[in-house]
Amino acid sequence: MMKTTAFITAGTLALGWSSTLIAADGYITLASTTSTENSGLFGAIIPAFTEESGIEVRVVAVGTGQAFEIARRGDADSLLVHDTVGEEQFVADGYATQRLDVMYNDFVIVGPSDDPADISESETVSDAMQRIAESESPFASRGDDSGTHRAELRLWEDAGVTPQGGWYRELGSGMGPTLNTAAGMNAYSFTDRATWVAFENPQDLKLLFEGDEALFNQYGSLLLSEEQHPHLKHALAAQWHEWLVSEQGQQAIADFEVAGEQLFFPNAE
Amino acid sequence: MNAHHIPPVTTLELDSVGFIHRDQTLLKPTSLRLAGCQRTLIMGPNGAGKSLLMRLAHGLLTPTSGKVRWQGEQPAQAMVFQRPVLLRRSALDNLTYVLAIIKTPRPELKLLARKAQAMSALEKFGLTHLAKRPARVLSGGEQQRLALARAWLLNPRVLFLDEPTSALDPAAIKAVEDAVLEFHHSGTRIVMTTHDLHQARRLADDVLFMHNGELLEHTLANDFFTAPTSSEAAAFIRGELVW
Amino acid sequence: MPINDNAFSTALSLILSMDSALISIVMLSLQVSLMAVLIASLLALPLGAALALWHFPGRNAVIVALNALMGLPPVVAGLCVYLLLSRAGPLGEWGLLFSPTAMVIAQVILVLPIIAALTRQQIEALHSEYAEQLNSLGLSRQRMIPTLLWDARFALLTVILAGFGRASAEVGAVMIVGGNIDGVTRVMTTSIVLETSKGNLPMALGLGIILLALVTMINAIAHMIGETAKRRLG
Repeated sequence: MMKTTAFITAGTLALGWSSTLIAADGYITLASTTSTENSGLFGAIIPAFTEESGIEVRVVAVGTGQAFEIARRGDADSLLVHDTVGEEQFVADGYATQRLDVMYNDFVIVGPSDDPADISESETVSDAMQRIAESESPFASRGDDSGTHRAELRLWEDAGVTPQGGWYRELGSGMGPTLNTAAGMNAYSFTDRATWVAFENPQDLKLLFEGDEALFNQYGSLLLSEEQHPHLKHALAAQWHEWLVSEQGQQAIADFEVAGEQLFFPNAE
Repeated sequence: MNAHHIPPVTTLELDSVGFIHRDQTLLKPTSLRLAGCQRTLIMGPNGAGKSLLMRLAHGLLTPTSGKVRWQGEQPAQAMVFQRPVLLRRSALDNLTYVLAIIKTPRPELKLLARKAQAMSALEKFGLTHLAKRPARVLSGGEQQRLALARAWLLNPRVLFLDEPTSALDPAAIKAVEDAVLEFHHSGTRIVMTTHDLHQARRLADDVLFMHNGELLEHTLANDFFTAPTSSEAAAFIRGELVW
Repeated sequence: MPINDNAFSTALSLILSMDSALISIVMLSLQVSLMAVLIASLLALPLGAALALWHFPGRNAVIVALNALMGLPPVVAGLCVYLLLSRAGPLGEWGLLFSPTAMVIAQVILVLPIIAALTRQQIEALHSEYAEQLNSLGLSRQRMIPTLLWDARFALLTVILAGFGRASAEVGAVMIVGGNIDGVTRVMTTSIVLETSKGNLPMALGLGIILLALVTMINAIAHMIGETAKRRLG
C-alpha cells in the first residue's frame, strides 16, 4: 500500500498544478452559451481583450437556462446569452443591473437534403414549420430550455402548431449533440447558424431555410447585480461588458469568420 | 531442569469453564488446574474439544460459562497452530514484525537490533538460509519451524501448540518435537494437543484426556498409558477409538 | 490541431504534434484523477479496514450504502458538489467552483465508496485468516489495521486501480463542477464531449484513444510493480 501511495504521490507532485498558474492580472468567469463557445468565437475575441486589459476570461459554456441559473446563484461574474425576453426578466428580477445588445446571428432550419417537407420552397418560417408538422417529418428539438430551444418554441407558437407526436423528438441535449442526433436519424432541426457552420458531422443534412427576420438571434451581455452578489469581480466584469460593446470589441466580433463566413454581426448601440 | 533462576510458571486454573455455540454444548463445564513447568498433552479423538479447551486457556475464545484464571500476573504466552499463519512477507520480516509489535515495548530494540535478534532465532531453528524467502512459499515443516521461531522471540512462559505436527513428514516432526523440548528446557510450560500416541509417550509429563466435549482424565503420563481409569481412554490407547 | 477522417491517424498526429493545449489537458486529467485517488485512498483504506474489523449496529446499512454508492451516477455526485460549492451553497465562501480542486472533490466522492467497499471485502477475507494469530500476539483491532492493509497490498493495488479507472473515465461530475473551461478545467473527458458536440468525431475519438492509452499505461506500470513485488515477497 505504501508503495502505491508513494507512486501516486510522486506522479501527482511531478505534474504539479501547472495549469492553475497561468492566471494573468485577474480573471472573470463568464457563463455563456454553447453556440458562442463551440463556434470558436470566444477563442478568437478573448485573447484580444486579455491583451488589452490583462484580464483572463474563463468561459463556462452551457445552455442558456443553466447559464441564468449559474449567474443567479452567484457562480459567474458575467453573463452573455441569447434570450432577450429572459434577459430582460433577469434584470427586472434584480439579478442584473444592465443589459446591452452585443451582436446577433440567426437561426436556420436544417434537414435531409431531399427535403421531404419541401421547406426550401417556403416564404416564411411559419410556413416552413407548418409544412414539417403537416408532413410529420422527423424533427429533432433541443428540448433543454436553452435560448435556441426557447426561440424554437416561440416559432412553433407563431406558426399555430403544437409540436407533439412521434415525429417530434425532444432530445434534452446541447446544440452539437442535437445536430449529431438529427444527422443520425435524418431529421429536421432548428439551429443557430454559428454552430451549424462550425459543425463537422452533417452527413446528409443541408441548410434548407434561412433569412426570415423572425429568425433573428440577439445576444446580450448582462452586468450582474452587486447587491445580490457582492463577492463577484464586478469591476473586472464591467471592463469585459464595456469592451464587448466598444469599437475594438465590436470589430473583433465582426472579424471572426469560419470557412470564410462571418457568423456574428455586432450591433451594439 | 535448569529452571532454578527463572521465576516459576504461574498456575492456570479453569473453574467450571464451559462453551456453548448455537445451542450446542462444545465443552461441558470443566475444572482444571495446570501447575508447574510441565509438558501437558491434551489427547482424545477428533471433535473431543481439545483445540477448544486450548483456545479458551490461551484467551482466544471467551467461555460462555465459568472462569479462566491465572494465579498472579498473566504470563507471556504464545501459540503455534496446526497450520501456521505466516504473514505475506519474508521469513525474516515475519520475525522482526513480532519484535516490533510485541506487547511490552522495548525501545532499545532498534531496527538493526531487531534484525539481529530475528536472525539469531532463524539460526536457532535452522532457517538462516531461508531468511529472504517469502514465508508462504516455504515447505510445511519450514513454515512450522518459522512459527516456532516467532514464538521463541515472544519469550513465552507458556507455549500452546495445537496439533503442530499433524501435517508434517517424520523429519519435520522430529524438528518440531526437538523445538518443543528446547522451549521446555528454557523454562517454558508446554500445553499441546495431539492424537499421536507415540508422540504423547515421547513428550508428555501429564495427560488430559477428552471425549465428546468432556474432560475425562487428568493424570501423569505413565499412569495414563498403563492404567487409564475411563473405558474411553482405554479404548483410545488400544487404538479402537479412532478419530 | 490537424483534422482527419480517421480517428487513429488523428490520435497519432495529435500525439506527434505534441500540441501544448493537448499536453496541458492530459496533465490536468492525470493530476485531477491521481489526486482524487490519492485522497480517496488515504480515507477509504483505513475506513474499509475498520468496517471489516468492527461489528457495530448499523454496520450492514453502511456496507449496503457503500456498495450502492459504487454505482452513484457521476452527474449526481457533480450536482451535489456543485450545490455545496456554489456561492449560494454552504461552502460557497471557499470560491472553489469551476476549479480543479472542485473536480478533485467530486471525484473523491465517486472513488471513495469503491475503494472503501472493495477494501472491506479484501480485509475481511484476510482477517478471517489472520485473526487467531494476531489475537494470540495480543494485537488490538486498531493495531491490526496497518498489518492487514500491508499484507493485502497486492489486492488493494487492484482496488485502487479500479478507483482510478472510475475517476479517469467519468465526465458527468467534472463537467458540472469544473465547467470545462479552456486551459483551466478542461480535461480529456470533457474535451471529448466538447469535440463530439462540435461534430468533430475523429478528434473526439482520437482524444478517447489517447485517454485509453494513458489509462492502459498506468495500469501496466502498476501491474508490473505488483507482479515484481509479488515474485519477490510471495
